[in-house]
Amino acid sequence: MKIAVCLKQVPSRDWQPRVNDQKTWVRDQDATFELNEPDAYALEEGLRLREKHGGEVVVCSVGPARVSQALREALARGADRAIHVEDEAAASADAFAVAEALAAAMRDEAFDLVLTGLQSDDQGSAQTGVMLAALLGIASATIIMEVDVQAPGLRVKRELEGGWFQWVALPMPALLTIQSGINQLRYATLKGIMAAKKKEIRKVAPPSGLASRQRITGLYVPEKRKQTQMISGSPAEAAKALVAALRDEARVIS
Amino acid sequence: MILVIAEQQDGTLNKSSWETIAAAQQTGGPVKVAVVGAATAAAAAALAAADVAEVLRVEAPVLSPYTLDGFVSALGQVVAAERPGDVYLPHTYQTRDFAPALAVHLGRALVTDCVATRQADGRRLFVRPVFQGRLLADVACDGQALATFQIGAVRADTVVRGAVPAPVRTVEVAVDAGAIRQKPEAPFREAKQAVDLTQAERIVAVGRGIKELEKVALAQQLAAAMGAEVGASRPICDAGWLPMDRQIGSSGQTVAPKLYLALGISGAIQHLVGMKGARTIVAINKDPEAPIFEVADYGVVGDLFEIVPAVIKELQG
Repeated sequence: MKIAVCLKQVPSRDWQPRVNDQKTWVRDQDATFELNEPDAYALEEGLRLREKHGGEVVVCSVGPARVSQALREALARGADRAIHVEDEAAASADAFAVAEALAAAMRDEAFDLVLTGLQSDDQGSAQTGVMLAALLGIASATIIMEVDVQAPGLRVKRELEGGWFQWVALPMPALLTIQSGINQLRYATLKGIMAAKKKEIRKVAPPSGLASRQRITGLYVPEKRKQTQMISGSPAEAAKALVAALRDEARVIS
Repeated sequence: MILVIAEQQDGTLNKSSWETIAAAQQTGGPVKVAVVGAATAAAAAALAAADVAEVLRVEAPVLSPYTLDGFVSALGQVVAAERPGDVYLPHTYQTRDFAPALAVHLGRALVTDCVATRQADGRRLFVRPVFQGRLLADVACDGQALATFQIGAVRADTVVRGAVPAPVRTVEVAVDAGAIRQKPEAPFREAKQAVDLTQAERIVAVGRGIKELEKVALAQQLAAAMGAEVGASRPICDAGWLPMDRQIGSSGQTVAPKLYLALGISGAIQHLVGMKGARTIVAINKDPEAPIFEVADYGVVGDLFEIVPAVIKELQG
């Protein structure tokens, strides 16, 4: 089975985002970056399906030169090769433009199965996967908790709201957006890191005329809606003040 | 004209449909509402109570149960025929499944998870959280867009009702059943949930800040000292440190206890929607900028591994 996993490199969760001078994006130059965690679950699922059914796993990403770092990490975890649509402007592009760039780079590969994370930790649009499927003309299903290959198709477990689930059958080729927690992540071994150095990252130019259909015109810290009483002091002092407030003021503990 | 796509299941409207209608009404322009399914009469009649120009029934047997291909085909035809300006949808799991494909089909921008709209310099902006809710973005679109609205962002009870019911019209759509690739089975629930956090009076919830499995015991000790249940944010359950039935948030349980004590939870929007209705919220977190403090009544910035033992000691005092 020929499997693609689309992934994004995003500012680290630990990094406190700082807004640029134009207030249109964060200060990328100050950020540290990591593999978008929801995409790590998609990668893990791709690797497990390859182990079970054979074939290859190709990781695909759109973004600036720094993105090769995230692709290299995916190769170290076990992906076979990578495709990098290199585009400096893509860091803040909308999902539609990213999906168009991915579709152009992936179409000729004719993947049987394309996996993506549910959404990204930066923009969090939760759109790129489904848009990519629509552009490639393949079937898709979202928020997937289990993948069962039943050639020539798939049977997948979709998460619905409020603790409900649903099995859906669909033909391949197909695209699935993977819910975080579907599996336990593996990390790169030293052997994997060494092997990754010899694996191919194919650089591809973005399609000409690629443009986002939406732009951020203002970026700011949300206004506080609630008056928060901050409790300071040593741990013992803070604990004392907090317990007193919960007992006597809020009256929520006895 | 703004077209709202309402969501219904077996004739019952999803409450978020009303929230989305309210968001559309607040723009001040004319609003139409479409409801999609195999039997839409009851839902359409209910929607007609809102002060809207028209309610559209988009009905075909093949539109139930929901499928992505069926909905994109039907709604693509509705948008082509009705030529609305922006199209508003609730940000549910269902719209997350089909709205991006509909946007591609229509060649329109899609702005997801919006919390508000506003006018600035003669153009409409959509406001949405980014970077896990740490920042808000104003988003401008080229041309007509699709937009989904976060559950709870606009109050359903702010819907303006009409003096008389709005006219209801059926829109003819032709959906080819053979072209629908998704074959859904009946929805089901996993084995009965062991713990019902929705009934808990107090909840101590842990997030990533707990750092390792062994430290979850600390939260359990605090919960025992307070007479509370233990809950968690998604990453903790994903890691298997607590069972999935302890998960609070958009994909877990929605709770509204008297006391909600968040330990090392940053407060991503997916978590906040599941607990912001709690009466008293306490946040203990090392990051003073964490969004959890936005909804907290009491906040302690510091090392939870020092503060929690001190709180337990104080409670046992």
